[in-house]
Order: sequence, then C-alpha cells, then structure tokens
Amino acid sequence: MIIKLNKLKVFFRFMMLFVCLSISNLAFANEEVGMADVMRSNGKIYIVVAVCLTILVGLFLYVFMIDRKISKIEKEQ
Amino acid sequence: MKKNWWKILSFLLLIYTIVAGFLFKVPRLPILNETIRNMYFHVCMWFAMMILYIISVVYSIKYLHKQDHKFDIYASTYAALGCLFGALGYITGTEWVSVTWVTDQGQSFVSVLKEPKLIGAAIALLIYGAYFVLRGSFTDIDKRSRVSAVYNIFAFAMLFPSIWIIPRLVGSLHPGAPGSDSGNPALDKNDMDMGMRAIFYPAVIGWTLLGVWIATLKIRMQLIIDKSLINDYKIK
Repeated sequence: MIIKLNKLKVFFRFMMLFVCLSISNLAFANEEVGMADVMRSNGKIYIVVAVCLTILVGLFLYVFMIDRKISKIEKEQ
Repeated sequence: MKKNWWKILSFLLLIYTIVAGFLFKVPRLPILNETIRNMYFHVCMWFAMMILYIISVVYSIKYLHKQDHKFDIYASTYAALGCLFGALGYITGTEWVSVTWVTDQGQSFVSVLKEPKLIGAAIALLIYGAYFVLRGSFTDIDKRSRVSAVYNIFAFAMLFPSIWIIPRLVGSLHPGAPGSDSGNPALDKNDMDMGMRAIFYPAVIGWTLLGVWIATLKIRMQLIIDKSLINDYKIK
C-alpha cells in the first residue's frame, strides 16, 4: 500500500512538472516582440512613408536644379 | 541625358529604400523591434562614407602620380562628402542608441560613452577634420595639394584600426564585437534575412550615388571658380 502511494506521489509530481513546463512554454510563446503592427493595421504608416518620400523628392529636385544651373554656367564659359 | 542615368538610378533606389524599408517585413527581434529598419539608413551612411573615402584616396594617389590640380579638387571634395556621411552616420547612431543600448538591463549613458566603436568613429572623423584644417593652413596651392594628398592617405589608413579593427577586439555593445556572437557589425546573418538584404544593398548603392552626385556638383563648381580666377588673372 505504501509503495503504491509512493508511486502515486511520483506520478503526481511528474504531472505537476509537466504542467509547469507546458505553462512556462506557453508563456514564452505568448511573449511577442513589440512591432508597429497597430500603425500598419490602421494605415498610418503610409503617412510616414509619404512624408519621407516628399522630403526625398524635394531634396532631389533641389540637387537637380543645382545640377542644371552648373551645367548652364559650364556652357557659358 | 545618357551620362546622367546613375542620378536617376540613385533617385529610384532611394524611393525603393524608403517604401520597401518602411513597409516590407523585417525579423521580429527583441530590444531592436521596429528599429531594425535603421539598417537601411544608419548603416548605409557608413557604407557610403567608406566608398567616398576610397574614391578620395584614389584621387590623392593619382594627384601624387600626375601632379594634376584637378585630382586635388576631386580628392578633397570626396573626402568632404565622406565626412558628411560619416557625421550623419554618427548622429543617426546616437539616435538609435537611445532606444537600444540605454535599456533597463543595466546599461546607461556612461556605458555608451565608453563605447570603443563610438570613440573609434569619432577619432576617424576627427583625423579627417584635421585634413581640412591642414588644407586651410597653406597659402601655396601646390604645397597644399601635395601635403594634403599625403595626409589623406594617412587618414585613410587610420580608418582601419579606428573603425574596423579595434572595436572588434574589445568588448562593445555594437554588433560585431566579441561577445555579441556576431562576426560582422552590419551584415550579421542572425539579424538580417534575405528580404532585408534585398533592400539593404540597393539602399547602399542609392545613398552612395547620391553622395557622388553632390560631390560632382561641388567639383564642377570649384572648377568653374578656379577657371574664372585664372581668367581674371589673365585680364589683369
């Protein structure tokens, strides 16, 4: 009888260990790396892209105009 | 227009960099989170800087070989653009640091200030700063060109220990240091997947071409100024 009880105890302990491990595994699986998912889901990230593109286009236009001006001066000389 | 295809290429590549860089998928990594996208901007600044410095040192060697004043203008302008991109890389780096290195895991600004990568990059940029001080302190054009060409080669050589070698030998928070289990500061296979590489390399080319474009503008301007100076001298 005592042996049987001991066996039950061991079995119970193993079960507890298994449950603990699976819970901790689940906890790790649920721990997600924070990303800007909200901004993508409501489309606000596109505004950021649009702003950056505007700045880029503006800068390139400026450089292009300087390029044209220098070309003109080079031709005059 | 045929000669200018690379300017259009630079424009298109940078548009692609911004659109794909903001919208495409990146690996989900702890601490870095969304800031991994800085790879397309911060790291590209250093790549562009390195390429511009290489162009600069090639023209310096060419100057010493041919003694042509044109090459001196080329070398100094490319070095200046390299410094611009280096400074941008440094500033963007400090911005990135403020969310990734200064965390609740015991790092503080004190540990950031001790960073060998930061100190090395600062030394490298200051050595190039001395290049322009040196250039400015000469009144004789030929002497200025020759001495600064030699100094430019020295400054280029100093880049290697200060930003490539020493930060990899000592402990550092920057990727690529021993202990951070990554061999390369920029192109670590753990951080960058194939999707990121497809944006990163075009971005490097785009930023570098933009730097080269601005450099050519400055060179052409300097050549016009020099020409008009010579013409004025002739008239007098």
